[in-house]
Parts: sequence; structure tokens; C-alpha cells
Amino acid sequence: MSEQAHTADETTERRQEERREFHSYVWGVGLALLLTAVPFALVHWTPGISRLSLLIVIGVFALVQMLVHFRFFLHIGFKQKREDLHLILFSALLLTIMVAGTVWIMASLATRMVLPAQP
Amino acid sequence: MSQQVLKHPGLNLGPAHGKDDRAAENMMFGFWVFLMSDAILFGMVFATYVTSVHATAGGPGPHALYDLKSAFIETLLLLASSFTFGMASLALKYKHGKPRLIGWMVLTLVLGMVFLGFELHDFSSMFAKGGVPSRSGFLSAFFDLVPLHGLHVAAGCIWLICLVGQILRYGLDTATKLGIMRLALFWHFLDIIWIAIFSVVYLTGLT
Repeated sequence: MSEQAHTADETTERRQEERREFHSYVWGVGLALLLTAVPFALVHWTPGISRLSLLIVIGVFALVQMLVHFRFFLHIGFKQKREDLHLILFSALLLTIMVAGTVWIMASLATRMVLPAQP
Repeated sequence: MSQQVLKHPGLNLGPAHGKDDRAAENMMFGFWVFLMSDAILFGMVFATYVTSVHATAGGPGPHALYDLKSAFIETLLLLASSFTFGMASLALKYKHGKPRLIGWMVLTLVLGMVFLGFELHDFSSMFAKGGVPSRSGFLSAFFDLVPLHGLHVAAGCIWLICLVGQILRYGLDTATKLGIMRLALFWHFLDIIWIAIFSVVYLTGLT
């Protein structure tokens, strides 16, 4: 573990990088707080909006907050050396197919049987 | 300006860490593959929950059992713990010294355990209202999904304790550094799963 002597330039560059990465976490937390607080507030005070539009708002905020976490906490970007982003996108595709397929089939089954219907 | 290409998900150690940074790439990619397969597992449990949310069999439903305030506090706790773990990652990368690194890790551990405490309190108040897993399909699915996440958090807490022990025993060698970096990925990943839980389970259930 031989510590190489840093030149003054390298040190300032590293300090700038540290500031940038620290700000990335602060931004992540700020955005996540906002994206969490809004849907919770809407559900808590339930202003005069329909259930469907409330559900859409919850869904959109959740998706955006997931993107915020991936970007600011997991540092996933477009300049990845390996296929990390591809892996996320492929997993998301699989999840969408399997989850949407399951929910669709089971809801369809429920409406065709005597079971209480899904909305 | 010149942002270097990231070698793996999570905070990259950078060239200043020499061989530890080089060793990280394969290890972190492998762990990332595991996390994505874990995401698929969670997705299927979510699908099970969504399809059985109306199967209350005359028992208590979401409105009778869920506590929005508690879910909000749990969300804030996990978010705060994600931030403190981020600070631990920065302390590791920029060599702020072991005491600061361990301090952030212990803070993360405390937040994680308080989260688990709130969650257990939620479950016990659900039990008190008759919401036990065997009551209905809905409750079975609920207690499949939410405690599965809690179990992951508990595993993360145990891992965190082990890593603090590793730092104290072996110092910051390659294995310890990579362990901390992998746990960081795991911890932030669990926070993402929690977004889905509070949105799909608690918020949707209480609309």
C-alpha cells in the first residue's frame, strides 16, 4: 500500500470531485423527500380528485423517485463501462412483462369467476 | 468537467485506491446481477400482492390496518439511512479515516434498526386488529411482501455489523472495502424496493 505523492493539481481535482459527489447525495435526498412528501400529502388530505388520478400521481412519483435513487445514490449514468444500465433496463422489461401479465390474467380470471371483481 | 467513465454501479473508488479499484469492477458487476435477480423476485411477490388485494374474505382490509403516519416515518428513516451510507461511501473513497467511516456506518445501522422497530410495531398493531397472515389471502400476500423487505433490511444490518468488525480486525484491506461497497449497493437497492412498497401497498391501499 504505497501512497503515491499527489501533486497539488491532483489534490484540488480530487477535492472538486468530492464536492460534486457530496452534492449528488444532497440533491438525491432533497428530490427524494419532495417526491415522497407530495403523494403522502395527497393521500393524507385527499383533496377533491378522483381515485384514478390519485393512483396515476402515486405511480408517476414512485417511478421518478426510483430514477432519482438510481442516478444520485447508485450513480448509474449513460457513461457506464459495463452493461449495468442495460441490465437494469432488461430487468425492468422482464418485470413489466411478468407483473403486468400476472395482474392482467388474474384480474381477467376474477371477472370471469364469481370472485369479487378487480377494479 | 471531465467525468470519468464509471466502471461499476455505486460510488467508484477511483485510481487513488490502486488495486482495490481494479478488483472492484468484476465483484460489483456480479453483485449487481444478483440485485437485479432479487428485483425480479420482489416483482413477482408484488404481483401476488396486487392480485390478492381484494381477497379479504370478510376480514380487515387496508383501510382498517394500515397506518399512513408510520409508513411515512419509515420512509424518512430509510431515506436518511441511504444518505448516511452515502456519507460512509464518501468517507471510504476520500480516506477520511476509520473513525468517521465507522461513525457513518453505525448511524446507518441505528437508522436501519429503528426502521425495523417501527415495522415490527406496525405488524403487532395489525395483529391486534385481527390482521394475522392466516386471516385472508390479502393478509397472506401482505405478510409475504412487506416482511420480505424487512428481512432484507435485517440481513443488511447484520452485514453492517460484520463489516464494522472486519474494519476493526483487518483494517481497510481490499476485502473490507469491497464489502462496504457491495453493502452500499444493497442498501440503496432496498430503499428503491421500499419506494415500490409505500406506493403500491400503503398509499394505494389508503386512497
